[in-house]
Amino acid sequence: MRIQRVFKEKELKQAPEAVDLSLIDGLIEKYKGKPGNMIPLLQGAQAVYGFIPREVFVKISRETGLTLSEIYGVATFYAQFRLNPVGKHIIKVCHGTACHVQNADSISDALREALKIKDGETTPDGLFTLESVACLGCCSLAPVMMIGDESYGKLTGRSAVKIVREIKAGESN
Amino acid sequence: METKVIVGLGSCGIAAGAGKVFETLNKLRDEGKADFLLSRTSCVGMCYREPLVEVVDGKGSVIYGNVDEKMAAEIISRHLLKNEIISEWVVRSESQETVDDTFFGGQVKIALRNCGFIDPEKIEEYKARGGYRALEMIAREKIAPEAVVQMVMDSGLRGRGGGGFSTGLKWKLTLNSQSDEKYVICNADEGDPGAFMDRSLLEGDPHSVLEGMIIGAYAVRGNGGVIYCRAEYPLAIKRLYIAIDQARKNGYLGKDIAGIEGFNFDLYIKEGAGAFVCGEETALMASVEGKRGMPYKKPPFPAESGLWRKPTNINNVETWANIPWIITEGPEKYASYGTEKSKGTKVFALTGKINRGGLVEVPMGITLREIIYELGGGIQGGKQFKAVQMGGPSGGCIPAALVDTIIDYDSVTSTGAIMGSGGMVVMDETTCMVDVARFFLDFTYKESCGKCTFCRVGTKRMLEILTRICEGEGKESDIELLEELAYQIKDSSLCGLGQTAPNPVLTTLKYFRNEYLAHIVDRKCPAGVCTKLLTYEVIPENCTGCTVCAKNCPVDAISGERKQLHHIDQAVCIKCGLCFTKCTFDAIRKY
Repeated sequence: MRIQRVFKEKELKQAPEAVDLSLIDGLIEKYKGKPGNMIPLLQGAQAVYGFIPREVFVKISRETGLTLSEIYGVATFYAQFRLNPVGKHIIKVCHGTACHVQNADSISDALREALKIKDGETTPDGLFTLESVACLGCCSLAPVMMIGDESYGKLTGRSAVKIVREIKAGESN
Repeated sequence: METKVIVGLGSCGIAAGAGKVFETLNKLRDEGKADFLLSRTSCVGMCYREPLVEVVDGKGSVIYGNVDEKMAAEIISRHLLKNEIISEWVVRSESQETVDDTFFGGQVKIALRNCGFIDPEKIEEYKARGGYRALEMIAREKIAPEAVVQMVMDSGLRGRGGGGFSTGLKWKLTLNSQSDEKYVICNADEGDPGAFMDRSLLEGDPHSVLEGMIIGAYAVRGNGGVIYCRAEYPLAIKRLYIAIDQARKNGYLGKDIAGIEGFNFDLYIKEGAGAFVCGEETALMASVEGKRGMPYKKPPFPAESGLWRKPTNINNVETWANIPWIITEGPEKYASYGTEKSKGTKVFALTGKINRGGLVEVPMGITLREIIYELGGGIQGGKQFKAVQMGGPSGGCIPAALVDTIIDYDSVTSTGAIMGSGGMVVMDETTCMVDVARFFLDFTYKESCGKCTFCRVGTKRMLEILTRICEGEGKESDIELLEELAYQIKDSSLCGLGQTAPNPVLTTLKYFRNEYLAHIVDRKCPAGVCTKLLTYEVIPENCTGCTVCAKNCPVDAISGERKQLHHIDQAVCIKCGLCFTKCTFDAIRKY
């Protein structure tokens, strides 16, 4: 069901980091009052912050007249919107049908072990977030993962971990 | 003529390393190693041979497959500089027969007519292959909208997104609706796991989809358009933006399009935000309006009251891409392909345990056997073909016994699967059908929008039952319970998602009931997939007593002295399979 991703108590208690709300002034100006503006507004805000901070919901609501419940309803409906900060690189491991029958689970298992995080979590250094997604549409190269806008195909657990390690090494240089 | 080197840069090509091959070639050219024109194209369908590099010179075209950076350099030094064709790497050529020729043998390319042949980022290349000629023909010959609708009607084209509704009839209904404002929408929210036809089309030939939509807008007298595309397809979106920009500059979008006075039409891209249910047309329109993508009741149909309560014509990517061809080549020619009730061709994404995974376009009426064994080259590793899954989470598994089923809407539906949007996932003896059913229910359960109780709760209950069966906790009454739930969900859901969600379970129950029984009664998974039902055992003849398994066992379930036979304690074993993968003497057996 698409409506289970609500703020958990723990997340609410997290001290919010200071969010520079002026970064989305232009965005709000552009879409304010336009029909069908809610999703582009949220997508735009997420492009700025990497996720949608609480304060941004409040600001969008105040300045556009959309109710908080409407915005929150939409944000929690779509898988794209994140309510928590994410790592610099988002690793999306494909679990579509073709990847599933080619053992995509072993890719996720290997990455979970190597990064020591679970699905949906971010590494403590803020570099990687691990996610499982439905289908990336590169089925003939199954199993596949996507990091940023780059797709990697015909993976094994080992090669997937190697790719992630290379990115990590590149970051520390 | 100048030699042209073309690299296939679709998403799957890039994932296979085509980007690096392109860079290598570019570098060699810049260094002056050879003089050639470097160009890009998109997917020609041979995903299993990516990255592909094509060399076109005065003598014709040669396509090399599985090219890496080193091979790219060799193609330059041998083919371009020494005029020597490296025949063992060739996958397709006019001058040489290859094993891959049968991949193209049964194909008829209409929707994919330009994919792999043009640079999708250049409108000139689309036009050079007959692009926008359909639109210009309509303008020149002053063909009335009613006549265009009639042509589409005569072609027999049915919705390629899976519904299979007559496209001409849909257009006629929208044309007949009276309103100053009408919309046309392209549904590119390809969410079926295991399908990538729309992605390849948008990446490979975005203008054909645009031209189809422009003609559609003219035919239904529409003035606004939306392409609703998955955000997971960044390359498709990028190429669509480029195409739209080029179309505007060439007068194919905007005011008085193609010189047709009073025909004003423009469109924009709406990026989906990740919800499978938005592929359903009413949910899609709710999403365009900025709301939660929840379906609403039909009627009124979109043709009467759709986006912003205005008459709306909504078609899938592949449907739109067929339109220009139908106009220029004539509806009779389109209808000459296919069977009595299913005309034309259909694009399929062939994946899974098959030798040649890729994108194929075949005439309706072809058999599954031809697709799997001739085009697809049979099953990987010579294994036994078990079933093919068609139609994604809404479809079903067609067993090997029905491999002579012909591809048309009615024949596929009669098996319990559906034609769907074109996903075809091939499964072999190592695929567990109960696990596949569980996989799809897990998907539909997560993607259910939650509006209808039976879809929201029913899919969850079915998933729980299937999970329990996979874990060896199944009860004999479970099969009956699954069937009962399945029919209730089908009957009480509003949209296609819920109405079809039980299909994967129903078809596997129909054709693979024995596998369910093996899980429930014998507590065994015949395909060896469901981990909790596996047993790992040492094969005494092969065990050398090397102690590798015992050292790797995370729960110390393996005992045995050095150079002595080892033993697995089944009560302690957690079936992780580590001993099986670590043993170098094939001394561990799983069953």
